[in-house]
Amino acid sequence: MAKNEELFNAIIKGKRKDVTALVQADVDAGASVEGILMDSMIPAMREIGDRFSRNEVYVPEMLIAARAMQAGLDIVEPLLADTGHEPIAKVAIGTVKGDLHDIGKNLVAMMLKGAGYEVTDLGVDCDISKYEEAVNDGTQVLLLSALLTTTMPAMKEVTEHFKDSDVKILVGGAPITQEYADEIGADGYAGDANQAVGAVEKVLA
Amino acid sequence: MSKSIAIPTLDQFVYGVCPKPITTARGLELGTGTVFPEVNFTLPTMNINEETWTQVVAQYTEMIDDVIRRAIELEVPQLLIEFETLPEMTIRPEWALKINRLLADKLIAAQEASGMKTALRFTPNDIREFSRPPIMRSGKYWDSMLETFAKAGEAGADFLSIESTGGKELCDEALMNADLPGVVFALGVLGCRDMEFLWKHMVDACKANGVIPAGDSACGFANTAMVLADKKMIPKVFAAVVRVATVPRTLVAVEQGAVGPCKDCAYEGIYIKAITGTPISLEGKSAACAHLSPIGNIASAVCDCWSNESVQNVQLLSGKAPEVSVEQLAYDCRLMNTAAASSPEDALRLRDWLVDSDSALDPQAYVLRPDVVLRISEKIMQEETAYGRTRAAVAAAIDELRKGAESKAYRLEEREESWLDMMEMAIEDDIPETEAEMIAQQVPLVDAAKCDLREYGIK
Repeated sequence: MAKNEELFNAIIKGKRKDVTALVQADVDAGASVEGILMDSMIPAMREIGDRFSRNEVYVPEMLIAARAMQAGLDIVEPLLADTGHEPIAKVAIGTVKGDLHDIGKNLVAMMLKGAGYEVTDLGVDCDISKYEEAVNDGTQVLLLSALLTTTMPAMKEVTEHFKDSDVKILVGGAPITQEYADEIGADGYAGDANQAVGAVEKVLA
Repeated sequence: MSKSIAIPTLDQFVYGVCPKPITTARGLELGTGTVFPEVNFTLPTMNINEETWTQVVAQYTEMIDDVIRRAIELEVPQLLIEFETLPEMTIRPEWALKINRLLADKLIAAQEASGMKTALRFTPNDIREFSRPPIMRSGKYWDSMLETFAKAGEAGADFLSIESTGGKELCDEALMNADLPGVVFALGVLGCRDMEFLWKHMVDACKANGVIPAGDSACGFANTAMVLADKKMIPKVFAAVVRVATVPRTLVAVEQGAVGPCKDCAYEGIYIKAITGTPISLEGKSAACAHLSPIGNIASAVCDCWSNESVQNVQLLSGKAPEVSVEQLAYDCRLMNTAAASSPEDALRLRDWLVDSDSALDPQAYVLRPDVVLRISEKIMQEETAYGRTRAAVAAAIDELRKGAESKAYRLEEREESWLDMMEMAIEDDIPETEAEMIAQQVPLVDAAKCDLREYGIK
């Protein structure tokens, strides 16, 4: 159960102004900023993700919640930086070379940010150098997205490129399966945006 | 364009026949009485580059040989092959044109040997979106596209098509947010403007090179919405409205000179046929090899070609997938043609069975009912501008969906009801009557990193 039920519900319902007011009130009352984030805000995003997985809400409703979450983050994030709080981990996501599809990728990025990760969105048509840059910048998990069967081989190329590195690689997209992930040596696979959060947690455990 | 629609009554709106049939140079006929297969095949999972090029050629050779052989064995009277390029082949036009020539030569030889009428539809990619934000009217990607258009005829193409994406860079986000004004802006303003620009060039290229300018598809808009709805990411009723909203955009190709058949994945083609009388290709249950859908039967109800969308060259238990695909299409067409040969009443009866088997189960099928299509088409064509038609399409679709829900003509899930309410409010409050007002409303919301409005003639 979230520590601040009112804040939790305001995020789920997408009430941006209420979220801003509630977060500011908590901050002004001296509540732990990390606690506000970890005990109420992130649980709200996880709940909306779970409701999506249960087909209780659609993506637009998740996006409304995410925007409400962002309204709270706009207050919390600068304060967290002052406390030296670190995100759970640093991840980067990009659609592979030759592929321009990004709807799924954008959703995964949103869910991971809502779950407390620092997310770098590498965009689409990403060649290996973009992923390299992210890894050099401290990324711990790379998420590769592809929607075309003809761009799937690029996932294998990226995975092989980083095989001797510590970075973890997750793959996803409509034609991708767990079997394909295993075949190319990826560390994990996610079937949708909500599963991606769990998959990242699993590879970092 | 006339305010009267070309097919005003239901008894004229059926598969296999249309008011403006086409005959190709080699005698293939569309819309003159029979439905025939359109087959699209593609590579298995593989890279496309200099090193793999001989394998690419071998794959296409095998696919066309298999499909032609099986079509002849099944006594298919007419066969349309679609060569839809992969992006690498449009970026390097010589690759696309080589494969096109290979397929064309095979089809010509098959016709000479067997008598089966054949034709080839060439569909290069819209690669302008490889630039981010997309550069729509100039640059290296546009130049490559122009080269493929110009050389399509000498490479053996009979028809030229494309699945253009002007406006998609904003529409995707609008779909994810169920933002109906955003969808109308993306389709009714940006999409229509881009279609006018693009199809003027395509039709000019076709005229200069003896190729038939066939048609476009709002696949990247409405089929994206359909897939998102199938994955329960957006409401089905919203996806149904998006489908209808694409009609005026695809209509622009015909206004510029396209004569059909519309692309197979253009389910809005049902509306295009009603409005213009041009023949259409469609796909449904026999395209499950490429994507799933809630409109597997109804999609064939008024088609003139029946397609598989695309199938990879992989081994199934019975044979390679492309030859399996042509068999599935051949039997579908055989049934439709048998009913039509029996009597016009039997054709209409089969049409109605195909329609009724799907339309009550999903709003996306409901808006493809021929009766609904005719009513909405009439309303669309009362407007004279592309934007006006898009707004009218959305309003009419919402109205039909509301009436259909109230009469329980289709299943509206409880959690979708509020979305129909929201769209009704959006039409009244958030979708302006004029394009100028819509542009004024939307321009401040556009992220210039995603979309350069100057590419659509908007300053």
